[in-house]
Amino acid sequence: MRVIFFFFFLLLLLVFFSRRVWNMSRKDAEMKFNREEDEEDDDGEGRGLEAWERTYADERSWESLQEDESGLLRPIDNKTLYHAQYRRRLRTTTAARIQKGLIRYLYIVIDLSRAAGESDYKPSRMMVVARQVEAFIREFFDQNPLSQVGLVTLKDGVANCLTDLGGSPESHIKALMGKLTSSGDASLQNGLDLVQSLLNRIPSYGHREVLILYSALSTCDPGEIMETIQKCKASKIRCSVIGLSAELYICKYLCQETGGSYYVALDEFHLKELIFEHAPPPPAIAEFAVANLIKMGFPQRAAEGVISICSCHKEAKVGGGYTCPRCKARVCELPTECQICGLTLVSSPHLARSYHHLFPITPFDDVSPSVTNNPSKLPKNCFGCQLSLLNPGNMPAPSVSCPKCEQFFCLDCDIYIHESLHNCPGCESFRHSKSVATVA
Amino acid sequence: MILSNFLKLVIDFKIVFLKLHSFIKFQITEGKMTPVSSKLYAGPLFFYDVSLLMVLIDTNPFFWNSAQSTLPFSKFLTHVLAFLNSILLLNQMNQVVVIAAGYNSCGYIFDSSDPQSQNQRAEDLLDKLEEFVDNDQELCREQSVDGPGFSLLSGSLSMALCYIQRVFRTVPLHPQPRILCLHGSPDGPGQYVAIMNSIFSAQRSMVPIDACVIGAQHSAFLQQASYITGGVYLKPQILDGLFQYLSTVFATDLHSRCFLQLPKPTGVDFRASCFCHKNTIDMGYICSVCLSIFCKHQKKCSTCGSVFGQAQTQDSSTTPDRKRKTLVDG
Repeated sequence: MRVIFFFFFLLLLLVFFSRRVWNMSRKDAEMKFNREEDEEDDDGEGRGLEAWERTYADERSWESLQEDESGLLRPIDNKTLYHAQYRRRLRTTTAARIQKGLIRYLYIVIDLSRAAGESDYKPSRMMVVARQVEAFIREFFDQNPLSQVGLVTLKDGVANCLTDLGGSPESHIKALMGKLTSSGDASLQNGLDLVQSLLNRIPSYGHREVLILYSALSTCDPGEIMETIQKCKASKIRCSVIGLSAELYICKYLCQETGGSYYVALDEFHLKELIFEHAPPPPAIAEFAVANLIKMGFPQRAAEGVISICSCHKEAKVGGGYTCPRCKARVCELPTECQICGLTLVSSPHLARSYHHLFPITPFDDVSPSVTNNPSKLPKNCFGCQLSLLNPGNMPAPSVSCPKCEQFFCLDCDIYIHESLHNCPGCESFRHSKSVATVA
Repeated sequence: MILSNFLKLVIDFKIVFLKLHSFIKFQITEGKMTPVSSKLYAGPLFFYDVSLLMVLIDTNPFFWNSAQSTLPFSKFLTHVLAFLNSILLLNQMNQVVVIAAGYNSCGYIFDSSDPQSQNQRAEDLLDKLEEFVDNDQELCREQSVDGPGFSLLSGSLSMALCYIQRVFRTVPLHPQPRILCLHGSPDGPGQYVAIMNSIFSAQRSMVPIDACVIGAQHSAFLQQASYITGGVYLKPQILDGLFQYLSTVFATDLHSRCFLQLPKPTGVDFRASCFCHKNTIDMGYICSVCLSIFCKHQKKCSTCGSVFGQAQTQDSSTTPDRKRKTLVDG
């Protein structure tokens, strides 16, 4: 009887331990699997979770909840966090009166090697990069209307020029979205050689820049890449890299030598932020671009009903369009370069788009606690949007004030004013500044 | 039986409403000057013709008292009040906000969504306007001004855009905003940069700026604003019929505009003026550093001090105020 119990007990122990060993080996295999595949499992092997379940398993939004002293949940205050992030960014970017390079010639080098087909960014790295580059090109021409962009791809160890330097966003976007396939290795040296030869042709007053979106972890070069980097440095090209996988020494060295910036993106949102940082003009290095007078034309709109052959599409068009003041050829849209005589054609709003880089507005100051605690000093509403600056219960909400006109604004108006509007409503709404008025 | 049917209807309606609400998207158009169409607005069908109208009224006393204004201010106000009432009658959910642009200051006068001003709207508006004009007068520091002077259009535009951004942010199902400028004062050249910044920001947010010019001459700034943002520019010929112009041209919401024949933009002059002589030129030279426009070749830029043709070795020493004053574009 006792022997039976003993054997039964032994059997149980055996089953228990073997199960533990089996689970551990399964976990090891899973870990190895995850490491190889960059923790993605679109076929769901070993997990059995749907895609919507994985967002809960991977992202765990409940972990951002916090409890206060009494154990009650604290509401998630995204606004002040977002505002603090924005203030940090503003402080680093707007320094007083630094000259900016307004006429930029930028080449975007996109890595379409094997590594770009990885799907750690959904659906694949190159699709995400293409989407962000499309948005970036539109933003770039919005902020720098006189500049030009060109596209280069790195594929199969060779660099190809996808589009030449041009000022119209549609042609670049169409060419980029045309066919996105990834194969082969990425060659950083070939890319830099090609860009350097293309940028040597541009006039001396332009600022030469390259933005490399690099997904691969290696570079497959025909020769000595350090020489190429020195050649780029001598040609005064400012190279910046945004990595998608990991930090590479050669990219860091390239950016340090040429004065660019090197960042590695953590996820799609971070990638968008990093790419868009290159949209506003960077500080200009005086020796890099010679100041020059550029001859430009300001064409007038052609009268309605006039039939002429436009020089960009080479077909007859009725009405609309602009007439080049030098050779009287018709062009369809501005800004452009006249195909017949080579004159740069712009209109005055295009020049005006860059004026906010020349006359930046001062960042607003946080309102100090001594003022927020004194309700008589604080106005009830934001000056710009009339939003109430008092939380329910008469507690003062966070606000900012302009150092020049001393008006109070809410946090969202602050972000909108500095990122999009570039005018302080307070300073524009008072003919004579308030501070002088109080003295008089 | 009827009650359960009714409840079902309410629940169905709510589901449809939420589903359609989730389809609201926004796009940003790049620098093309295309008219704003409401085809990009993808809200529920009953919300297509709801508008948020920001009216910017020029209360510059030097203009209204000068020879340039043929319409007295009081008559102008009767036309405008009738127009505002007609907007509020067109649709129950329409919203009107009035901002006054004075000679020395700008301020909010009226907000139709304010729960306190439901009963005596006209009286409240007129009281607040009077208060605003009195304050404006107190802030005046000059003894006399030659000519009509210019009102602070850039300040009122900036405030209107901030309010519109607040509506975008806080109201999930918001009406389509637009700005109407009722201006008569001539353009102030010092405001060019600020007005252009406001115009580009309005273009990005897809807010059209309409302009109805009451003064004697055309306003180049407002013509450019309407053209770039896709709004309507009008200079009425007979000011006694101002209400008729306002209600036929400016009262319609953005969706209905595609069915109407509205005044077309003609003769918008985008040429620049040179900084040295202030002449309008069609071919000129641009400094690559500060984008100042000159009509003939020079050795040195007068705005930023850069010497042309050789690499700069020192920083510019001109102050920013000088830059602001010398920038005059048409």
